[in-house]
Amino acid sequence: MLLIRCPYCEEDRPEVEFRYAGEAHVARSLQPSAESDADWAQYLYIRSSPKGWHRERWHHVHGCGRFLNALRHTVSDRIAATYAVGAALPEPPAPAQGGKADA
Amino acid sequence: MSRPPVETSAERFRTINGGRIDRTRRLSFTFDGKPLTGHPGDTLASALLASGVHLVGRSFKYHRPRGILSAGSEEPNALVTVRRGWRRATPNLRATEVELYDGLVAESQNRWPSLAFDLASVNDRLAPLLSAGFYYKTFMGPRWGRLGANGAWTRLYEPLIRRMAGLGRAPLDSDPDRYATRYDHCDALIVGAGPAGLMAALAAAEAGLSVIVADEQAEPGGSLLAETTSAVHGRPAWTWLADTVAQLARMPRVRLLPRTTAFGCYPDHLIGLAERLGDHLAEVPKGLPRERLWQVRAREVVLATGAIERPLVFPGNDRPGIMLAGAVETYLERFGVMAGTRAVVVTACDSAYPIAANLAEHGIEVARIVELRQAAGEAARATAEAARLAIVAGAEVVGTRGRHRVRAAEIAAPGDRRERIDCDLVAMAGGFTPTLHLFSQLRGQLAWDEAAGTLLPAAAVPHVHVAGAAAGRSGLTDVLESGARAGEAAARSLASGGASQSAATPTRLSPRSATSAPSPARRRPAPPAGRAFVDFQNDVTASDLALATREGFQAIEHVKRYTTTGMATDQGKTSNVNALGLVGGLLGRGIDAVGHTTFRPPYTPVTFGTLAGEARGQLLDPIRVTGIDPSSRARGAVFEDVGQWQRARYFPRPGEDMHAAVARECRTVRGTVGVLDASTLGKIEVVGPGAAEFLDRLYVTALASLPVGRCRYAVMLSEAGFVMDDGIVARLADDRFHITTTTGGAARVLAHMEDYRQTEFTDLVCWLTSTTEQWGVIAVQGPKARDVLEPLIEGVNIAAGALPHMGVAEGRILGVPMRLFRVSFTGELGYEVNVASGYARDIWDELLARSEALGGCPYGTEAMHVLRAEKGFIIVGQESDGTVTPGDLGLPVGKAKADFVGKRSLARPDMVVSDRPQLVGLEVAEGGGVLEEGAQVTQHATPRPGTPALGHVTSAYWSEALRQPIALALVKGGRARIGETLHVPMPDGARVVRVVSPVFYDPLGDRIDG
Repeated sequence: MLLIRCPYCEEDRPEVEFRYAGEAHVARSLQPSAESDADWAQYLYIRSSPKGWHRERWHHVHGCGRFLNALRHTVSDRIAATYAVGAALPEPPAPAQGGKADA
Repeated sequence: MSRPPVETSAERFRTINGGRIDRTRRLSFTFDGKPLTGHPGDTLASALLASGVHLVGRSFKYHRPRGILSAGSEEPNALVTVRRGWRRATPNLRATEVELYDGLVAESQNRWPSLAFDLASVNDRLAPLLSAGFYYKTFMGPRWGRLGANGAWTRLYEPLIRRMAGLGRAPLDSDPDRYATRYDHCDALIVGAGPAGLMAALAAAEAGLSVIVADEQAEPGGSLLAETTSAVHGRPAWTWLADTVAQLARMPRVRLLPRTTAFGCYPDHLIGLAERLGDHLAEVPKGLPRERLWQVRAREVVLATGAIERPLVFPGNDRPGIMLAGAVETYLERFGVMAGTRAVVVTACDSAYPIAANLAEHGIEVARIVELRQAAGEAARATAEAARLAIVAGAEVVGTRGRHRVRAAEIAAPGDRRERIDCDLVAMAGGFTPTLHLFSQLRGQLAWDEAAGTLLPAAAVPHVHVAGAAAGRSGLTDVLESGARAGEAAARSLASGGASQSAATPTRLSPRSATSAPSPARRRPAPPAGRAFVDFQNDVTASDLALATREGFQAIEHVKRYTTTGMATDQGKTSNVNALGLVGGLLGRGIDAVGHTTFRPPYTPVTFGTLAGEARGQLLDPIRVTGIDPSSRARGAVFEDVGQWQRARYFPRPGEDMHAAVARECRTVRGTVGVLDASTLGKIEVVGPGAAEFLDRLYVTALASLPVGRCRYAVMLSEAGFVMDDGIVARLADDRFHITTTTGGAARVLAHMEDYRQTEFTDLVCWLTSTTEQWGVIAVQGPKARDVLEPLIEGVNIAAGALPHMGVAEGRILGVPMRLFRVSFTGELGYEVNVASGYARDIWDELLARSEALGGCPYGTEAMHVLRAEKGFIIVGQESDGTVTPGDLGLPVGKAKADFVGKRSLARPDMVVSDRPQLVGLEVAEGGGVLEEGAQVTQHATPRPGTPALGHVTSAYWSEALRQPIALALVKGGRARIGETLHVPMPDGARVVRVVSPVFYDPLGDRIDG
């Protein structure tokens, strides 16, 4: 079970307190009616599914109730950083020398 | 050599002295009803062997007689069921782990009528038909009428195979025991309390770390428990062990957990431990949990998990009496049990030689050492010579004899000299496999190490330290030192936050002493002929693996699934590396190129009880009840589950069935008045300067313009445009709203709203508070609703015309603060009284008494459903299913609003086609009865197979108001079909239905004002 640092509570809390909330930084258009059908379908349904670092949202539903962002590696499950909505985006850690440390 | 003893008598094979058993006390137990004895300190396996019982089980597929292979948790064969009273039966326990207690009742498994005479052993004769994947090939057809080709499988073959194959039977009753759960944190978790683990614990504790040591056995010590000759730090091994355990027990920051299996490692160093508390006791104290699950967050993990000896793969290697060499020695030294009288030692590594000498010294005749290599190591040869043991090198075992116990081994020496050696024990030494399951679960990579002849950690994992035999070390001195190093490394790693890690653990761990290292079994280019078992528990032979590779399976994970090698309850602890070696040879690749299968938790089986802990029944799935619940129960209401809630479904009077009660409740609401407990409705308070605009963006319904003191029925969509929830939005002040959600949707709706509030509509300031359980809600519905309420309330004028339909006001009822909604889910004049939940029962009792005085009654959810269906009001989740738009349901689609969640999606091409399913009513032709909800709606009475349905029935009831069955349905292009005749096929024949408007009753809404 992951330990997730809630950037609002400033605590490492177990995964069961959180609910996964999908890919992060998928912003809703400020004027949806101006979006083409294709662009809107892209927004609704198409998500990146990387093998590697992934920016995703978690909802601290059994804690402070707030949505946070996490930078998680989808292979190692390692969470490099969590950050508040609107905060500067942390960069993924550089891969260690020798290649595979990323995974 | 005479035949080995077959009959058993009181512990004939117990040594005169020695071992860690308490010879002053004798324990009685039964095995398959036969009374036997043992001592405290025995396992079931050692006690059985002490009495000469080797036949303990039948194999999974071929029902071959099987004995005890090992002395530990890796045991594949000796699986038993242990009974305790009539309700407790635990199947598939390893006899090698079951601690003996007085009165223990054990039974063998997978045999009928008896262990010695098992009818299903005919499978063994049919072995040529039962090779790997046989069930994919053999059990095809014949076609079985309407069931098709699969029919024969599901009706005949599968039930038959399930009866023939298998292990123990799961108990049918619910588990009577209690299970506990604990959470803990520690600086260092040490898995394994053998020599390496104890040294690691000492080193870590002396460095000031908080330490938990978990060991699966009854007492700490690991391999030291069978170590009688070596000295540790100048003391006899058992003395050092006792001193060390006592020293650790005195340390306040050390917790020693015996009988505790670290069964799994999960992300961020969460380690699952299963502690067995009661199963080893003859008398279990009342209230003692049977087992305890520990969930430990460990900052550093030391794996001192030891190594498991490998069997050798030769024809007939599975008979009772054929055991691992290390196990034979363990039974001798730790339990004082001679596993036989005349042994053949078959070996591919030097570790067998000191054991052979030791057996000879204790009076077990060693008839021959069969050395599969061309020559043993020098020290090994010297050991054998000193003990005057006969070695035949470069030989192999070509077969064994004996039905219920081995009685001879047939060997082929160089030059094809064949020889048959009588024996009642075969000790196999195929090298050691370090136990790295947990290392692998901690995402450690393993690689084949040719020098060690096994898989070893390929690279260090931060905060994980592997020690002792698990790291490929051998020889007690090395193992102890490696344990101490690991403990120190854990302390350094903790102090430096993991920075010193790579220095602490070499990236490639190699055995330090090549001579004492177990050498691998020679990998053959081809598997041996005959029935040579690789995986004992699943009856997988070397030729099964050969068949799989011939049939094109190359990836080891595929070979595993096709042959089932490495599956079952032991997960291939003794078999996996042998399987890798054989598959590597068969494919002409090195074993290093084969890779290995994934090590998944649990390491050994964990009971469901342990995993569930206290989370059973209501503690797993709590029942939510309203404040009014006791009153409804006192009235004899029949309840139904709605999500976690229990709601009163109807209130039968003496002699009434459900139909009669519901019909009466419907008549009463339409004729006079009824009261309903609506407290389960989800409720959210939305407050703030941005509240109105926020709700306007969240609902289809226009809400920014909602005047204070009014409510609106509001529909919420997902962003994809599908109906997600509905409810009432009431404006209590400019900046304060009281909204209701469906009973089941409250949490989902709140999360959805929070998501938009926090992440999309951040320009709006408002707050959301769940108030579902703060308000008790009583619906008062019917022409006399006003008469019920009027005398009881103050501060709100509800005289005709004063509080209009969809009005909301605050006041008092019987002195209690109240929010009063004038809303109707029945089509009648109606109110919903909201009071603080603590008052709800008293207010309900008063409202009910007054209603009954006026000829009214309480009504339940069933009548509520009928009444709303008569009006064509939808239930989200019943009329909608996540693919339904508001337009499909005939609800407003918010055309006038620029934007709301889901609006853009309503304009997508698929959302505007004309043949979308649309909500309609169905009238059933005379005599058709009530339709089945979920039944399909079709054009023709008996549609051709393959014809898509036009839609389906979403709700169907007997309408007491119309005196006929009614139904709501989603039908393709339904609104244009009003007046058409369609069909609803049901099991006893299709019904003729007429498509009508979904509003069956009072279409003009005249009754809403009473």
